[in-house]
This record gives sequence, structure tokens and C-alpha cells, in this order.
Amino acid sequence: MSENKERLLVKGNEAIAIGAIDGGVECYFAYPITPQSDIPEYLSRELVRLGGEFVQAESEIASINMVLGAAACGKRAMTSSSSPGISLKQEGISYIAGSELPAVIINITRGGPGLGGIQPSQGDYFQSTRGGGHGDYRTMVLAPSTCQECYDLTIWAFDLAFKYRNPVLILGDAILGQMKEPITRWKEREINPNEGAEWRLTGKKGRKQRILKSLYLDEGAMEQHNLRLYKKYKSMETDLKWEEFMVQDADVIAVAFGSIGRIVKSTARKLRGQGLKVGVFRPITLFPFPYERIRELARSGKKFITIENNTGQMVEDVKLALCGICDCGFFANMPGKVSTPEDFIQPIKDQFN
Amino acid sequence: MSRIEINTLRCKGCLLCTSVCPEDILIQGDDLNTNGYKFVICDETKKENCRGCAFCAEICPDGVIEVYKTVKSKKRDS
Amino acid sequence: MNPGQEKLVYTLPKCMNDIPTHFCPGCHHGIIHRLVAQAIDEFDLQDNTICVGSVGCSVFIYNYIDVDSVEAPHGRAPAVATGVKRARPENFVFAYQGDGDLAAIGLSEIIHCANRGERVTIIFVNNTVYGMTGGQMAPTTLVGQKTTTSPYGRREDKEGYPLKMAEILGSLEGTAFSARVAVNNIKNILKAKKALKKAFQVQLQDIGFGFVEFLSACPTNWHMSPLDANKRIETELMPYFPLGIFKDKINE
Repeated sequence: MSENKERLLVKGNEAIAIGAIDGGVECYFAYPITPQSDIPEYLSRELVRLGGEFVQAESEIASINMVLGAAACGKRAMTSSSSPGISLKQEGISYIAGSELPAVIINITRGGPGLGGIQPSQGDYFQSTRGGGHGDYRTMVLAPSTCQECYDLTIWAFDLAFKYRNPVLILGDAILGQMKEPITRWKEREINPNEGAEWRLTGKKGRKQRILKSLYLDEGAMEQHNLRLYKKYKSMETDLKWEEFMVQDADVIAVAFGSIGRIVKSTARKLRGQGLKVGVFRPITLFPFPYERIRELARSGKKFITIENNTGQMVEDVKLALCGICDCGFFANMPGKVSTPEDFIQPIKDQFN
Repeated sequence: MSRIEINTLRCKGCLLCTSVCPEDILIQGDDLNTNGYKFVICDETKKENCRGCAFCAEICPDGVIEVYKTVKSKKRDS
Repeated sequence: MNPGQEKLVYTLPKCMNDIPTHFCPGCHHGIIHRLVAQAIDEFDLQDNTICVGSVGCSVFIYNYIDVDSVEAPHGRAPAVATGVKRARPENFVFAYQGDGDLAAIGLSEIIHCANRGERVTIIFVNNTVYGMTGGQMAPTTLVGQKTTTSPYGRREDKEGYPLKMAEILGSLEGTAFSARVAVNNIKNILKAKKALKKAFQVQLQDIGFGFVEFLSACPTNWHMSPLDANKRIETELMPYFPLGIFKDKINE
């Protein structure tokens, strides 16, 4: 990995790990779980070689709390896991949000509920986009659909985490984690020594004591705190991101994210070959969700179908966007089933009549 | 002679200090502070026996006792 | 100090805020906070310390000890402390936990933090109950001890036996210093100060994990006067929880 801007053939998991390295991660804490274990394996080699801190913790709970500790010191800190492990981290993520600390959390989603399976699924959409733990909070959620995006979005996640002092979640899945694709490694790793200088813990060193906490017991303090957090989550809309594929003249738009968002593009191309004007709208930030843009497209008379690798989660957000304008079709690609473009031909066709 | 100062407002009347004073100088007073605790006071008759050992201050959970030690001059003793 | 002249020999440690505490009358947390503050002053660490607070009666430690602090979720202070120390190895890092926090929900975190030999110092206050939530049974509740969730007294065949954390952590290779102390009388307070100093030194001298377990009175939840609760340390706690040093790599 000597010279940057090189092309690499890597798995999505590795692309995320490389993105973390180039994104300036300094402390990484994790726990083994299929299908994301390439990430800790990679970072136990490369991050340690670069002088960073790698700890394989005793549990996912411990690892998210180690992230909280490192983040409190203003360091770029990350953890990664898969669905069941991400469930264990929810309390810690709520504390990180409540204490307004930056952190990057990677979820390579697998089939659920329970032990589930190790095949892909998008069943963690609700958990990811509605906070996931207790209390009124949100994490930003970024959904890659290619190995390149796994790299790019991990780098972006660190910048967003520090911009908003908030946890940022990368929502991948087993397809992305395990498939190999070439990526361009465009970013040079650099550590900004005074990132978070105005709030991070360093030891008082003569200044006033700093306390990073989420406990607010005084009269009205909790209220103020939640109002401040609410405004922060609203302000995240400045960083909305999505991809539009052949939507301008489309009659029917398929709304899909992550790996499904990519497979549906192939379906759209096939249907275009059959003279059917199909487009794809792929949200990349799942929180904040691009409601306004979908409404705009709906007002121009488009029809919609949401396609997900779950039994219907993002479709609720699409319906919120379409509220009062039009309805929205839905096709559930059952979690655990690895789909092909052909699987989505009929469901999209049905929208035309 | 050595002496102590008690922040009577902060004393919670737990009396732990009374269990360690080697001269049994500290006793619970009868007055209440504004928090409703019967704060501890020095027994006037034993006050001057204070050795300034600070045992009372060491065990006070609320740090309400400050200790001023005075070393008795050699000449006066002989 | 020349004779006849008065000198202030005991007052609030420099790094402690001069404010009233919320602790119950006779609660030993106040004494233990002060001993920790004295140790911080003694090693001149106030500007270099990061405190990890836990969830329990001591959750407001950052209001009383004037150092940079972060709040850990219940039971997770050793993990947060690990993250802090890995991020800032040059800082002095300590966590302050109660027995519910450390020995129940956080047992996995404390065992692995010690076993990794993290260069952190953990202050463990054992008062045999969950204080903040109103006196429920804790992992350190004595057999036969009545609490709000062991109203008939803790039963060995149902609730098992109190955990001896100082011995358990002392048995781990990563632990450099582990001791159990008490603050119920002057002799024990002085011993506690020495133990605390060593638990600081194993971190400062990069030897390994430092741990001090403080037996502590909880008059309110023991339904005793502060003086009786103080006596109970010796009459009931110490027979089961003997004071002593269970690991000391400094003097090895």
C-alpha cells in the first residue's frame, strides 16, 4: 500500500478497513463475528503497524464502550460488528450520542432475528435509522453499495462524526462485506492533532475541568439537552446524499439502498431494453433520509416501488415521503436470499399497469 | 494549643469523628444546622487537650474539619 | 514549625471542589473521594488525570474531584478507561466504581481490563448493596444479609456467595497491584492511603493494572446509624472480606 491512488482488488470488509486507515482512525475496538471479521483481522495488522491502538475486546458491549473512552479524548475511534453484535452495542451508542461524541460504527448486516444466518439481509434498517437504543437520538447512517463506496463512505463517516460530534453508522451487508471488487485508494492518511481541541479530554492542564456525560438531572436541563440534540439531527440534512439512475424520464422508480440498490440497476437496464422506462433512486444517507427529493419526483407523476432485502422497513420512509401524493409498491426480497436482477423484473413490471 | 474549625453548616451529624478523637473532645451539639442536622461541636471542658492529630478530619466523610496544630514550646514545658 | 506558632495541618485536598456532597451522613464515599483526591495531589496529577465515573452513588464524582472526566454506562467503566488510556497513554486514568457496577453487570469488563494489564487504576467501593437504587442485594451482599431484594436474608443455595474481588483480580497475571482496605478507623485509613499510592504507582511506572477495594459503610441501606454501620465494617464485613494486599508487583 505504498503509494496512494493505486487500484486494489479487495473485499468490501477490507475496503472499509482501508477507508478507516486512510480516514485517520487511531483507535479500533472490535469483536469477532461473521461476516465482518476481515475488518478486525486487517486492522490488527495495519493499524498496529502504523502505531494505532487495536483491542479485541471481550464483547461487543466492551468494544463500543472503549470507543466511547477514546472518542472522549478526541481520537478517531471505530468499532465494527454484524447485526447481533450491533444489537449489543445499542446502549453504548445511545451514551455516545447523549455525550455528543464522534464515533464510527460498522454494521455488516446478516440475516436475523436471533442467531439468524450469515447470508445478507437489510433487516437492521429500522434499528439503524431510528436510533436503535433508548432515548430520542439518531445516528447518521450511510449505506454503501460497492466496495469503492465502502472505502469512500468510511472516510466520510469520520469527518461527519467530528462535524456533528455524533456516532455515524455504516450499514453494509454480507454481500458487500464478502464480495471482491477493485477500488481506487484516493485518500492519504493524515492525523489532525488538534481535532476536537475545544471539547476533548486531555487532563485539565490549567484550564477548567471538562465533563463528558449524558446525565442531566437538574430542572429543565434534560429538556434543553434534547432540544439541542434535535436541532443537531435536523441540521444533518445539509449532508443528504443519494444517487439517481435514469429517473428523469422514468415512469416507475425503484427505491432501493445498499447492495439491493445496485442489483436493481441491472433490472432497470433489462426493463429499459424491453421499452419500459424504469429508474432507480438509491438513498446513500439513510438518516437523514431524502424525503423532499422523493416528494419532488412524485409530484412530477412518477410511480414508485420500494425493493428491500427485508419484509418492509425503508418502504415506510418512502411512504412518508409520498404521503398524500401517491402510493408505493413494495417487494420483499426475503432476508437470507441472495437476489439476482431477474428477481425484480416482475414486481417492477406490475407497477406499470 | 492546637485546635480545629468545624464547618457546622456542612456537618451531617454522622459522629464518626467522635469515634476517633484520642481526647474525646468532639460531641454532638444540640443545635440544628439549616440542613436539619445536629452538628458536632468541641466539648469546651476538653478543648485545650486537642493534639492537632487530625484524626477527626481524616475520618470525616464531608471534610468539614480543618485542623490547626501548635507545637508547645520546650521552655514552657520544663 | 517553630514552637507557639499555629499551622494549618489538615484541609480539603487542592483538587477537590469545596462544595457539599449529596452522600448520606456517615457514607464512606466521602472519605474515599478525599483519599483519592489526596493521592492525585500527592503525585501532582490534577492537570494530567482523566477520571471515568460509573453509575451508582458515586456518579457525581466529577462534581467533587476537579479533573477531566467522562461518564461510563453502568458496569462499563473499565472498558471506557481502556479506551481512554489507549487514546491518551500519557494521562493518568482512573475509574471509580461501586459493587453493583463492577461485580455484577461489569464483571466481564473488570476481569478483562485487569487481565489485559491495562495501565489504569480502579477504585472499587464495596458496601454490599446497590446504594443509589435503594439498597438491593449486590454480588457482595453477605450471606444472611437482608436487603430490599433479599428480604429473608441472602440464601447461599439460591443467591450464592459474595464475590471477593480483590482476591479474584489479584490472581490475574495482568494485575500489578490488588488490595482490599477500609476507612472505618484511623489505622485502616493510613493503610488505605499506602495501598492507594501503590495502585497509582503501578500505572505511573507502567507496571500494570492497579486495583483497590474499599470496604464502605452504607448507613441508610443497612438501616443503621452511621456509627453502627462503621462498626459493622469490622464485625461483619472484614471476617468475610479480609483486608490485605493480594498482588504487589512493585515489591516482588
